[in-house]
Amino acid sequence: MSEISEFEDELGLEPIEPAILPLDAWHRGRGARMVEFAGYPMPVQYEGILAEHLWTRESAGLFDVSHMGQLYLAPAEGAEIDLDAAIEAALPIDLSTLKTDSVRYSLLLDEEGGILDDLMVTRWQSGIYMVVNGATKWDDIGTLREYLPDEVNINHLDDSALLALQGPKAVDALARHVTGDTVLADLKFMKGAAFKLAGVDAWISRSGYTGEDGFEISIPGENAAEIAELLCGEPEVKPIGLGARDSLRLEAGLPLYGHDMTPDQGAVEAGLIFGVNKRRRSEGGFPGAARVQKDLSEGTARTRVGLALEGRMAAREGAKVLCGDAEVGVVTSGGFAPSLGRPIAMAYVDAAKAADGTALQIEMRGKRLDATVVPMPFVPNRYYR
Amino acid sequence: MTVYYSEDHEWIEVEGDLGTVGITDYAQGQLGDITFVDLPQEGAKVAKGDSVAVVDSVKAASDVYTPVSGEVAEINEALADEPELVNSDAEVGGWLFRVTLSDPSELEELMDEAAYKKFVAGL
Repeated sequence: MSEISEFEDELGLEPIEPAILPLDAWHRGRGARMVEFAGYPMPVQYEGILAEHLWTRESAGLFDVSHMGQLYLAPAEGAEIDLDAAIEAALPIDLSTLKTDSVRYSLLLDEEGGILDDLMVTRWQSGIYMVVNGATKWDDIGTLREYLPDEVNINHLDDSALLALQGPKAVDALARHVTGDTVLADLKFMKGAAFKLAGVDAWISRSGYTGEDGFEISIPGENAAEIAELLCGEPEVKPIGLGARDSLRLEAGLPLYGHDMTPDQGAVEAGLIFGVNKRRRSEGGFPGAARVQKDLSEGTARTRVGLALEGRMAAREGAKVLCGDAEVGVVTSGGFAPSLGRPIAMAYVDAAKAADGTALQIEMRGKRLDATVVPMPFVPNRYYR
Repeated sequence: MTVYYSEDHEWIEVEGDLGTVGITDYAQGQLGDITFVDLPQEGAKVAKGDSVAVVDSVKAASDVYTPVSGEVAEINEALADEPELVNSDAEVGGWLFRVTLSDPSELEELMDEAAYKKFVAGL
């Protein structure tokens, strides 16, 4: 190693650094076990997934989600363009009903209606702010560039970190450190506002992916470590890894991109038609509209359901779902639900077997596990509305 | 009574021709919170290297390979209600199954404690 470095020094070359997020050293200092996720080393757990999961449900957990893509869309300087119309031609969102500082869930679809990503869209005073998945962000930027006219600038806010503070006590802990025109505790689910957080400019929305009340916090990357340290200094708050983030979102019935939805599924069969706003379903005019309209009128062969399993063995992604001897579906996410003390799963099953209460089986390692179709979320969500 | 270790992080404590098998403390630490253990049937004939048990953690399911051939003599019934024993007491109370050895010479291919410690340190 050292020889190569010396050699590079002579040539004036710099070794290629792996991509590192702003909180990398902070996680390691906190004893996190790091794994690669979305191309970055990320914390999968600190003290253990079960304890972190349960702590988030009863108190508050701080998640680093800086791997996700934060984008800011605005008209290029001097361009005369209707930004809303341009974005509506790219996404199935109805921007006429999205007020300033409001957040809405939307989908990025391909021309055939397959799901390329799910995303959060926020109307800022000056433009549109989006948060997209980490693993898909580079492709998303390319797709949006293709879908949007050149007069719309896509700014990748890659100097910003993104934290999520989730859990019933998140509001108490965060309120001690923010100032602004908005009272943090009054902010409703899916609304956001600008605050000063420990003196630093922060965009904070009441949103998240755990099913709990909580906030997502966009801050400059250079301030991320001091703010993470500050928040984890509150008695209610502990840092939480990706492992618990996955079990929390599964209990909340929230699909994970790349697992519970992929370009192979459309919005209707994924159960995400709420991501295609009402006016747009009838009017169309976005990539994949024909597929959405067809699926809405004719139905889909399969649909995404929740399954509650008997026993303690968990079903995992890829396991077959059976009804008698017939294969009727496939598991896309599964695991032990810490808050329920039993395994749960999401699966795509034939529409005829998707009704709540349908008794099915899952084939796992040569065994057949009994499972029942149940409504999602598995654990009631506690959003502040 | 001697304890041997495999590269797959199983331990086996041998007394006469009976071996008690579990996963090592290092392995349980890597797996994280264990939520379920699927054990073999008593009386099952197993061959060295077979996947005979599954340890399910919140994260993932992992195979447990028997480090020796023989017949399953007993399983740890306590794990049905308390799979977390494998986390808290991996190398004693969290044992998985007992096996009657059919070929004790297989033990020679396993590591002793010092060698296993060195093996883990190198991972």
